[in-house]
Amino acid sequence: MSAIDIEKNGDVPMLEAVNLVKTLGGNRVLDGVSLALPKGCVKVLIGPSGAGKSTLLQCLNFLLPPDAGHISLEGRRVNGGSKRELCAFRQKVGMIFQDFNLFDHLSALENVRVALIKVKGMSKLEATERALAELARVGLKDKATLYPANLSGGQKQRVAIARALAMDPKVMLLDEPTSALDPELIGEVLAVIRDLAQLGMTMIMATHQISFSASLADEFLFMDKGRIVEQGSPAELLGRGSQSRTQSFCAKISELTGVAGEACELGDIKA
Amino acid sequence: MDFAVAFDAAREALPYMLGGVIWTVGLIVGAMLLGLFLGVPLAVMQVYGPWPARKLVNTHVWLFRGIPILVQMYIFYFGLLSWLSQVPLLENLGLDSPFVAAVLVLGLTSSAYQSQIFRGAIQSLPAGQLKAARALGMSDAQAIRSIILPQALRLSIPGWSNEYSILLKDSALAFSIGVVEIMARMRSVASATHEPVSMTFLAGIIFFVLTWVGVKALNMLENKVRIAGYTRQGAV
Amino acid sequence: MNEYFEFLTTELIPGFKEGLWTSIVVIVPSALLGALIGIVAGVLRVYGPRPVQRITEAYVSLFRGTPLIVQVFFWYFALPYIKFGEWSLVLDPIEAAVLSFSLCSGAYQSEYIRSGLGSIKRGQIRAALALGMTLSQAVRNIVLPQAFRRALPGCGNEIIYLIKYSSLASIITVNELTGMANTIAKNSWRNIEVFCTLGMYYLALVTIATWMLRLLEDALAVPGFERHKS
Repeated sequence: MSAIDIEKNGDVPMLEAVNLVKTLGGNRVLDGVSLALPKGCVKVLIGPSGAGKSTLLQCLNFLLPPDAGHISLEGRRVNGGSKRELCAFRQKVGMIFQDFNLFDHLSALENVRVALIKVKGMSKLEATERALAELARVGLKDKATLYPANLSGGQKQRVAIARALAMDPKVMLLDEPTSALDPELIGEVLAVIRDLAQLGMTMIMATHQISFSASLADEFLFMDKGRIVEQGSPAELLGRGSQSRTQSFCAKISELTGVAGEACELGDIKA
Repeated sequence: MDFAVAFDAAREALPYMLGGVIWTVGLIVGAMLLGLFLGVPLAVMQVYGPWPARKLVNTHVWLFRGIPILVQMYIFYFGLLSWLSQVPLLENLGLDSPFVAAVLVLGLTSSAYQSQIFRGAIQSLPAGQLKAARALGMSDAQAIRSIILPQALRLSIPGWSNEYSILLKDSALAFSIGVVEIMARMRSVASATHEPVSMTFLAGIIFFVLTWVGVKALNMLENKVRIAGYTRQGAV
Repeated sequence: MNEYFEFLTTELIPGFKEGLWTSIVVIVPSALLGALIGIVAGVLRVYGPRPVQRITEAYVSLFRGTPLIVQVFFWYFALPYIKFGEWSLVLDPIEAAVLSFSLCSGAYQSEYIRSGLGSIKRGQIRAALALGMTLSQAVRNIVLPQAFRRALPGCGNEIIYLIKYSSLASIITVNELTGMANTIAKNSWRNIEVFCTLGMYYLALVTIATWMLRLLEDALAVPGFERHKS
């Protein structure tokens, strides 16, 4: 365990994955990935596209059931075979998607509210209050009645974050939350994510926003070909004189994007 | 039901039933052409025309899309055309023929539907096309004829293939006013032989094959006139 | 004109009143059954196991590929000739009309249902599952409401078609609007008046139905799911 883990952690990690394997279409997309997220810790997944970052995040809440390995939440192993247990587990693990996946037929408010009513069984009134509070937290209380078709990309992603937060998750999985956004809209979403980190939310995020995540992350995980090939604090991996692959990958990204590059998104760049 | 008997009856009836194909094809070709020649100007009027012209097109579409084909057949054959054919000057034009009535009904109805296909195609073209043509000094009529319509007609082919299969099925209703197409022949053979099961299957198969052949042919036409950059969804 | 008016009030309106009622007796059950068949067939075509998909595809292309009048003829005239041992099924004209209209309409409806379901992005289900919904909750609360809105204009159009094609029932002796008009025309020899008035009745039915479907669509309208203007 690294120093950070001991510092932020009691004993058991909030979310732990051991030896996850996933084969998709004959490719071993995850080849034995293990990771532990101590409470309040922020880890950032980086790596070339096709490295398995997105698959890993989807395996962590069984949207893609892993072929082998296991996952524990607060030390309790999750049985992916039981529907009930799975639904209960997923409520505690919030997920943010690259392309938002707001429910297109529901307004911003209803998007945040629907699972509170249907899954948590809250009354409509209670759920509405809670949903409005979450929308206020991401600065969108005044957009509550708008539908996804009338929201900007940045606003959609903030609604998606509010929707996940409303479920009181213990962990958040963020799958390239800014990759589908126009450059000028990225800032508003990153600001919300930074707030979450400062409030002590346990998070794991796949992203290409290197300098932003360096300022936020406790640990970088560099993935390639279905494995975590390097991990360490941003300072260790990106620091002066580092010969890490992380360093050269990040250098390549910054080179391609230039000075303003950190604000840009690089979802499609193949390393 | 004896399958051998049914099969023999169907085989015997086949040449007679196939004779109906000529009438069916005649109905469809006549109706599609009439629909095309009326549908294109209707669409142009609806997109570019002044307000009264647009209202007129809307009324035409409303009428022919709202009245059932069968009822239109009765109106035209038993009503309008039999009355018109007694007007001295029009006596010898053959207006009292059921085939003419059926082609008129199917063609007018098709013109209502086709005008909407063309209108959609015209409206899917980028607005810059008309502007660019005007910038070259073309009149609006020239621009529509030589720039807009050639593109719009290409985009309309998928709609046509749909229209073809609708017309094919609607053409069977011409039996009700006495056109001896496939359905009419099937009915008379079925009652003469007491083999309605095999006869309906036979007619069904003939219609099925005609649908398939026509749709294939229109697909081939579409590929032949395709221009790079145009897809089924419209201009990209 | 006065002559027509008298004919209209003494003959046409009373006769059509009876025919209209029979038309409704044919149209309403056919529309409901057709929608039901369409939903079942549409869902099976998207989510069913492969062999079931094949069977529903075959059903749809058979009923969409042949003229409705041939199908009506089959159910009314030919079905009694199909013997199961000593037993065979004989339908009365209204039953045969409702059966053929619902089977044919269902085949067309399933197309709209299928494309409505197909238009929903996979991410919608994933997001619902990620929030802790069960699959059936996700389908009920997220997929179906969206698919329904996408399919509604097409399904509505299909009901309009059904209203018009219900006139085919007259060919198998159902005395609905068109059947009544035929009888009146034969007795009165006033074809133009009878059939043009009949056309007006259908125009009114179709226009009212279109208008009601618009209201329903507007009531369910959500930005991003508007009727494509066409």
